[in-house]
Amino acid sequence: MYDSGKVIIGLVIFLILITFPMWYNVATGEAENVPELEKPVKGDACVADTEYMRSFHMDVLNQWRDAVVRDGQRIYTAPDGRKFNMSLTHTCLDCHASRKNFCEKCHTYLKVTPYCWDCHTVPEEVAE
Amino acid sequence: MSVDRRKFLKFAGLAALGAAAKPLAVVAQEAEQVVDSSLPQENPLTAKRWAMVIDMQKCLDHENVKDCAQACHEAHNVPDFGNPKEEIKWIWMEDFHKAFHEQNHEYIDEKLHHAKFPVLCNHCDNPPCVKVCPTQATWKREQDGIVMMDWHRCIGCRYCIVGCPYGSRSFNWRDPRPHIKKINNEFPTRSRGVVEKCTFCEERLSQGKIPACVEAAKDDAIVFGDLEDPESKVRELLRSRFSIRRKPQLGTQPEVYYLV
Repeated sequence: MYDSGKVIIGLVIFLILITFPMWYNVATGEAENVPELEKPVKGDACVADTEYMRSFHMDVLNQWRDAVVRDGQRIYTAPDGRKFNMSLTHTCLDCHASRKNFCEKCHTYLKVTPYCWDCHTVPEEVAE
Repeated sequence: MSVDRRKFLKFAGLAALGAAAKPLAVVAQEAEQVVDSSLPQENPLTAKRWAMVIDMQKCLDHENVKDCAQACHEAHNVPDFGNPKEEIKWIWMEDFHKAFHEQNHEYIDEKLHHAKFPVLCNHCDNPPCVKVCPTQATWKREQDGIVMMDWHRCIGCRYCIVGCPYGSRSFNWRDPRPHIKKINNEFPTRSRGVVEKCTFCEERLSQGKIPACVEAAKDDAIVFGDLEDPESKVRELLRSRFSIRRKPQLGTQPEVYYLV
């Protein structure tokens, strides 16, 4: 290979640059600032277990959305037989009352901006 | 027969258990009821074909229908931008010569001419808005004929606004939320770039309630019911009195009838 020295150095610089955000977050300790979520204000158990909800709440919400809007199906029966109203404002936010201290914490940490709140209201915030 | 101590203790124990279990059962029942109250009604209003009948004679008395639009718009977080060009309307009052343009003539009754009639989405049997929607954000529900909208899916192309011959659809040119006087938590708002219209109060029907405008109208000026049920109030009215529809010549088969 011609100019192998320069090419390899170039590649190394390229790799360092492209992985810079990861290094940076590790170096500054930013990555360890895992957000602390507010505990639900009421309710004993979520519609699914915490691990599942942590990873797949967006899928659950999408399924609920399609069931309610497109199929007119409003009641969700959990695998253990409990029944829920498929509603973001009236079921999810009933227990996780604060959008700021629950939803937004992770979303900000992960830099995701879902547009749920463009339309769906948060009872707590409307009351203010 | 004498009761020995062993038997007495057995009975006493069982009786005590029974007494203790009863309040437990009551508590369990109450808990179940609490869960149920947060659920939508178990008996929603259903029909094979929802339709609306508006009595024009009763609309001549403005008092009968004046609260309809307000009730609807409050229930559904309809914004007021204060500018007719950006107006969002689900149900609104229209002059006879505008709503029934082709029925109008020079010598029509003065009373009719000056009266305001409620007009709204006609939930057509053959809805042109549905045909033109490129994302299927609007569709006709098979179970009851309501022309529904999925605001999650609407991309704001406004083909449906062009397609609708009744002007029943409005577009949010700006974020509507700051322009809603009082936000109703029971219903979502819309976002910028989304089309909206009347849904025949589909969310209220699911809770066993009649549409907000029907509830607000006095003296049965608006009647809501199932067209497929020959015994329903709407069928009875359509049998007994002559009715007209808006722009029937277009073949959209509107399902809002006006009694003459």
